[in-house]
Amino acid sequence: MTDGAKSWALHLGLIVALFAAQFFLPQYHATNLARIMVLAVFAMGYNIAFGYTGLLSLGHALFFAAGMYGMGLPIWQLEWPALPALIMGLVAGGGVAAAVGVLALRTTGVSFMIVTLMFAQAGYLTILYFNTYSGGDEGFVVDRAGRMIGGMDLAADTPRYLAALGLFAVAMLGCLVLVRSPFGRVMVAMRENEERSRMLGYNPFAVKLTALVVSGIYAGAAGAAYGLLFGYVGASFAQIQYSILPLLYVLLGGAGTVIGPFLGAAAMFYLIDIASSYTSAYFFVVGAALVALVVFAPKGMLGTLRDRGLKWLP
Amino acid sequence: MGTPPLSFGPFLFLALLEGTVMAAVLALTAVGLSLVFGVMRVVNVAHGEFFMLGAVLAWFVTYYLPLPPALGWIAALIIAPLLVAGIAALADVLVLKRLKYDPEATIVATIGLLYILQQAALTFYGPDARPVPAPFDLRLQFPWFGYSGYKLFVVVAAAALLGGVWALMTHTKAGLIMRATQVDTEVARAFGINTDRVYTATFALGAALAAVAAVLIVPIQQAHYLMGGDPLLLAFIVVIIGGLGSLRGTVVAALIIGLSDGVISMFFSPTLAKIIATLLVALVLVFRPQGLFGARA
Amino acid sequence: MAALIEASGLTRHFGGVRAVENVDFRLEHGEIHALIGPNGAGKTTFVSLLSGRIPVQSGRILLAGDDITALSAHARVRKGIAYTFQITSIYPRLSVFDNVALAAQSRGAPDLKDQVAAALGRVGLKDHAAQTAGTLSYGHQRLLELAMGLALRPRVLILDEPTQGLAAGEIEGFKSLVASLVPDTTVLLIEHNMDVVMDLATRITVLNFGQVLATGTPEEIRQNSHVQAAYLGGGDAEG
Repeated sequence: MTDGAKSWALHLGLIVALFAAQFFLPQYHATNLARIMVLAVFAMGYNIAFGYTGLLSLGHALFFAAGMYGMGLPIWQLEWPALPALIMGLVAGGGVAAAVGVLALRTTGVSFMIVTLMFAQAGYLTILYFNTYSGGDEGFVVDRAGRMIGGMDLAADTPRYLAALGLFAVAMLGCLVLVRSPFGRVMVAMRENEERSRMLGYNPFAVKLTALVVSGIYAGAAGAAYGLLFGYVGASFAQIQYSILPLLYVLLGGAGTVIGPFLGAAAMFYLIDIASSYTSAYFFVVGAALVALVVFAPKGMLGTLRDRGLKWLP
Repeated sequence: MGTPPLSFGPFLFLALLEGTVMAAVLALTAVGLSLVFGVMRVVNVAHGEFFMLGAVLAWFVTYYLPLPPALGWIAALIIAPLLVAGIAALADVLVLKRLKYDPEATIVATIGLLYILQQAALTFYGPDARPVPAPFDLRLQFPWFGYSGYKLFVVVAAAALLGGVWALMTHTKAGLIMRATQVDTEVARAFGINTDRVYTATFALGAALAAVAAVLIVPIQQAHYLMGGDPLLLAFIVVIIGGLGSLRGTVVAALIIGLSDGVISMFFSPTLAKIIATLLVALVLVFRPQGLFGARA
Repeated sequence: MAALIEASGLTRHFGGVRAVENVDFRLEHGEIHALIGPNGAGKTTFVSLLSGRIPVQSGRILLAGDDITALSAHARVRKGIAYTFQITSIYPRLSVFDNVALAAQSRGAPDLKDQVAAALGRVGLKDHAAQTAGTLSYGHQRLLELAMGLALRPRVLILDEPTQGLAAGEIEGFKSLVASLVPDTTVLLIEHNMDVVMDLATRITVLNFGQVLATGTPEEIRQNSHVQAAYLGGGDAEG
């Protein structure tokens, strides 16, 4: 089998497996898996910016929240139907990423990390500040009636799982197509040797901004879907944890691999789930995982696997 | 305050007093962060947690040692920073050194450290905020309002400590070694300076300064496991605006930020003050990365 | 006939150092033009001004009559200027194929595989296409960088000390490769190896202390007394 065929087989196989899983798993785990799939979309978006293009952002919570509020506010305040609101969330994620990128991409490395972190913090505080319009810290519930797409009630288990799987499948296949495309090669080139890429005729700013906007669209879609499928929009999703979690998922699963973010999201989700049954200080696990990964295994699960032999893994 | 509302002048004066106290503590905290960046080129995102640990450990000391408030507080002032310095030294040796101080990797690692320390505090100290008794109770009476004498003591103490740090850096051999390592690590190593130990010592000193600042402020503001967030953000702002690695810039920026934050918080809302502060950091980094005083980082 | 590159009054200082001072320069179509001079003469800086890596402080650059002075480096690449680095700069973690593919696709390549194969073939690296670039020998890495430059199908190929670190046999191969590039591609090369310069160059410009000392054919330069005094040292060639 050619490398290309192997990739497609693997990724399509995963989608099929996830589709089948809903019939075997108890409902608690199926709902968890739905959550994981949406968070994996978020992580895949982060991976496009970080894993492939080398942009270590600490502000992706802003794009996630932009998507969530971009979907939720029109439904809550303007009584929009669900599908346009979802698309609005996507657009919001990409738009905010573009705005942030235009400024933040004038910096690199550590400065870029801090600038993105600051913009995300400002976004969170702004949601709190305008709490009459945004629901502030408490957030708001998305009305059940507003969570119907084409007759499907997204609050019910099966439609919700299928919607999450649908989004995940589209996102993952889109990511696969992107990284195997010429532009995907350029993103990696920018990460590996920016000066050389510049002298091959590529515009660093344009490439990085495009990667960031695509990343923002993914994050926005994930945020919008999360709010729509689980019925709640809140400021907590704009806090720094939601910038750290996608980084952690990607590091754990393998930066610069397509399936890595999903594996990282699943593993971390359950690690936190288990930890939280023992202590309220479950975020300790996040901290410990970050330190351990960075020191011992910066390539993550699939990255290490790819280095040790599976060269074709995209 | 409970007395009739103050007119503008006295209210501004009160806001400035509060801002000065804040600036003093902020300067001490920020100097710790600045020192670490200047010498090690490392951005320590867990710096706020060292601050928090200083306050939390101060509570443990004053709670468990059967001493009168003044002595208990002094004991805390000695013990807490020493413990925090020890934790920081451990973190440097076990983690940061292994990463060879790579800039992006150390930020990610210090984020992990942030959560480790914060959640450890949650486990052992709990989610509640608890007060620490001030070493003395003195009420200064201004014509318009009464003001805590301890707060003014905090300003004096912070200023004295900053002077001590400055003296350390400019007049002692240890300070000379640190400054040499800051200017050029390679050359310092060639001259026989054990840069590994300098790094560990600097990291510990930076953490200790944050802890001292926290012990100073904790009788005014209660100890809580989440209290590291705001000092971290403000210290960041100060260091970036003042120029990473510049001691003088840090102090001046702390004064400006502390005073403005105090004033804006009292006249408008603390949230708005924070929004302005965060955006300011971002915009300074984008448009004027060298800050006001420092050389290009 | 108009020159391919026409630079006038190029100046670039770094603090107190006058790296390039009021330099006029013409690069004619289809020539191999060598740029020589002692270390620190400003050769790499000058060439960085032409390629856009460093902005000029004053002066003007025309490429086939178009003013490119204000254009960014990547835009100049798209207009046909290619630059190979003095210290080899490739993508060590990517395959040889990917390295060249990035160059080829930058100029639009519907037949990417063929173009990459052609470029690799010209430098003799066809068999190494799947290899990770960082594992190549130093000489091969320099050839890879040359292949990347060729894959850009440039009008002007700027080579910065290309034979540095190459074995004698590799240098011969390099010379015949460069000779085969003209007249379709014009070559500007910085070199310290006088044998290479004298054999390949159609014209030579000598830089010293950021200024042009002399320009002319190899014979003219060899006989120029100023150049001999400043650089050639009457017989002991550098490099």
